[in-house]
Amino acid sequence: MSLHTFGWSVLALALLAGCSQKDDGKTVVRIGSVAPLTGAQTHIGKDNENGARLALDEINATGLTLGGKPVRLELIAEDDGAEPKTATLVAQKLVDAGVAGVIGHLNSGTSIPASKLYNAAGIPQISPSATAVKYTAQGYQTAFRVMANDAQQGAALGQFAVKTLKAQKIALIDDRSAYGQGLADEVEKAVRAAGGTVIDRQYTTDKATDFSAILTAIKGKGADLIVFAGMDPQGGPMAKQIKSLGLKAQLLGADGIQNGNFIKLAGADAEGAIASSPGLPLDKMPGGPTFKQRFNAQYGEIQVYAPYAYDAMQVFVAAMKRADSADPKKILAELTKTDHTGVTGQIRFDAKGDTVGGAVTLYQVKNGTWAPLATVQ
Amino acid sequence: MDIFAQQLVNGLVLGSIYALVALGYTMVYGILELINFAHGEVTMVGAMVALAVMGALLGVAPDLPGILVVIGGALVAIPACILLGYTIERVAYRPLRQAPRLAPLITAIGVSIILQNVAMLIWGRQYIAFPPILPQATFQIAGAQVSALQIFIVLLSGIAMAGLWFMVQRTRLGRAMRACGESREIASLMGVDVNRIISTTFIIGSALAAVAGLMVSAYYGLAHYYMGFMLGLKAFSAAVLGGIGNLGGAVLGGLLLGVIEALGAGYIGDLTGGFLGSHYQDVFAFLVLIAVLVFRPSGLLGERVAQRA
Repeated sequence: MSLHTFGWSVLALALLAGCSQKDDGKTVVRIGSVAPLTGAQTHIGKDNENGARLALDEINATGLTLGGKPVRLELIAEDDGAEPKTATLVAQKLVDAGVAGVIGHLNSGTSIPASKLYNAAGIPQISPSATAVKYTAQGYQTAFRVMANDAQQGAALGQFAVKTLKAQKIALIDDRSAYGQGLADEVEKAVRAAGGTVIDRQYTTDKATDFSAILTAIKGKGADLIVFAGMDPQGGPMAKQIKSLGLKAQLLGADGIQNGNFIKLAGADAEGAIASSPGLPLDKMPGGPTFKQRFNAQYGEIQVYAPYAYDAMQVFVAAMKRADSADPKKILAELTKTDHTGVTGQIRFDAKGDTVGGAVTLYQVKNGTWAPLATVQ
Repeated sequence: MDIFAQQLVNGLVLGSIYALVALGYTMVYGILELINFAHGEVTMVGAMVALAVMGALLGVAPDLPGILVVIGGALVAIPACILLGYTIERVAYRPLRQAPRLAPLITAIGVSIILQNVAMLIWGRQYIAFPPILPQATFQIAGAQVSALQIFIVLLSGIAMAGLWFMVQRTRLGRAMRACGESREIASLMGVDVNRIISTTFIIGSALAAVAGLMVSAYYGLAHYYMGFMLGLKAFSAAVLGGIGNLGGAVLGGLLLGVIEALGAGYIGDLTGGFLGSHYQDVFAFLVLIAVLVFRPSGLLGERVAQRA
C-alpha cells in the first residue's frame, strides 16, 4: 500500500469513527513562529505564538492536502528574546530546520535582521506585528506584514494630535528601539505636516523604569501633549510619573502600550491615556467576536496581536494551498496574489509586502479599559 | 528654577535607592573583599516576595489600610531575604573563602543568574504591578513636586546609613566586623567567631536589600525578575564611586550617581543642542565614575589601603 492511499484510509477511518485524527502517514510541513518568549515582552510574544498556533490547529483539524498528499502542519515556536542578535540565530535555526515559512518576528528590531536570512534562503516571512517602515523597504521579496506600518500609524497619531486633540506643544519620547525610533520619526513628520510644533524630543531605553528626569525637562518646556513611542513596561511607570510630577500633559502612545498590561502597571494613572493600534478594535473586526471566543477557550485573554498572528498564518497556508505545494518558492509566488478575508479585515499586499489600506484606531483608557475613540484610515 | 529643583529631587530619590542597595555591597566588601554580585537579585527577591504577600493579604482582607499591607509584605520579605542571603553565603562563598579571589566572584555571578531564573520560574516573566494602596499625596517644596514615598525613601537611606555606621563603629559586633575586615586570621585568634560575623553581615545586608526592593517596587509601581540586575550594577558603581567598603561613601556615591543621572538626562540635550540626547544619561554617569577613579582609585571617601602581600 502506498503512503498516499494509507494516509487517505487512515483519514477516512478517523472520519468514520469520529475520533481524533492520527498523524500516521501524513507528510509534516514545518512553519516557524518567532516572538520573545523570555524577557519583558513575553506576554505579547506568547500571545503571537498562540494566535499562530490557533490557526494551525484549526487547519490541521479540518485537514490539509498538498499535491494529493495529506499534510500535517507543525509549528516550531522559537524565542528571540526581542534581541536582534538572537533573532538572527533563531532565523538560521529555522532555515536549517527547513521551514516552509515563518510567522514573525514580533518586534521590528528582530524582524529586520532576521529578514535578511529568510530572504537569502527564499523563505517567506510574514510578521504579524513588526511595523517599522524599513522591514519591507529593504527590497526583499520574502518580507510581508499584515499590519499597518509605522508610517501609516505615525501619520495617524501626528494628525490626531494636531487636528483632533488640538495640541500646541508636543513632546516626543522614544525608547531608541527600531520600533520606537521609527515611529517617533513618523509622528514628528506628521505633526509638522499638520502644522503642529514639536517642542522637545527625549529618549529613554527599553529597560528603563525611571523617567522623572526627562519628564521634568518636558515639564519645564510646558508641553501639553507627550507622545511616547515604546512598549508598556516603560509606558506604565511613565504614566504614573507624569501624574506624580504634576504634569498636565495628555499621554499619547501607540500599539506598544495599547494593552492590558499598561493599565495594570499604571493603575489609576492610566486613566485618560490615549493610544493607537493598527487595525480595528477586536469587536469591530469582521471575525473579531468569534475569534475571541475560540482564542479565550484555548489560551485565555488576548493581549494585542494574536488576531494578526492568526491571520498571518491563515494567509500563509492559503497561499500554500493555492500553490498546492510546501515549496517556499511556489508559496511566495502565490503569497503576492493574496486577497484574504481574515479576522482583522481584508488582507492584500502591495509590491513591497505591506498591507494595503491598513486602518489605525485610537483608544482611550476609561474606567480601567481601552475604549475605542476614533478610527483613522 | 523649579525645574532644577525638581531634577535635584528626582536625582536624590534615585540616588537614595542606589545608596540603599550600595550599602549592602559595601558592607560585604568591607569584610570579605568580595563583590557580592547576587546582592541585586536579593533585592529583586525581596520585592517579589513582598508583592506576593501583599497580593495574598489584599485577597483575604481588601479593606486593610495600605500601610499595614506594605508592612505585612516587608515582615515576610525581610526574613525571606535573610534566609536567602545566609544560604548564599553558606553555599556559594564560604567553601571558597581560601580560594583565589576570582572564584567567589564567579560563583557570585552564577548565584545571580540562578536567582533570576528561579524568580522567572516562580513569578513568571511579566512585570508585576504594585497594588495602588499607598496614599498618592504630593507636596510642593521649593517649587518641586515631592511625594510622601520619596521623602520616606530619602529618610530611610539616611537612617540605614546612620544605623549601620553606629553598629560598625560603636558596638561589639561592629568591632568584630572591623577586625575581620583587617585580618580574619588574627581576628579569629583573638576569639572572634569569624563565620558568625560574616553570616551576620550577610543577614544585615539582605534585610536591607529586602527593604530596598520593596521601596523600588513601590516607587516605580512594578517588580520584575530582571529588575535586580541593572539596579545592582548601578548600586555597585555607586559603592565604587564613593569608595567601596566605606558606608558613608556608598551613600555619597549613590546620591551623586542619582543626581548626575537626573541632571544629565534633564539638561544634556539642551546643552549640546540636541547632539547628545537624554539616552546618554548612563554614559554621562559612567564617565564621571571613570574620571573619579582615574584621580582617586579608591573612590571619593575610600582610604588608601596598603597592598597586603
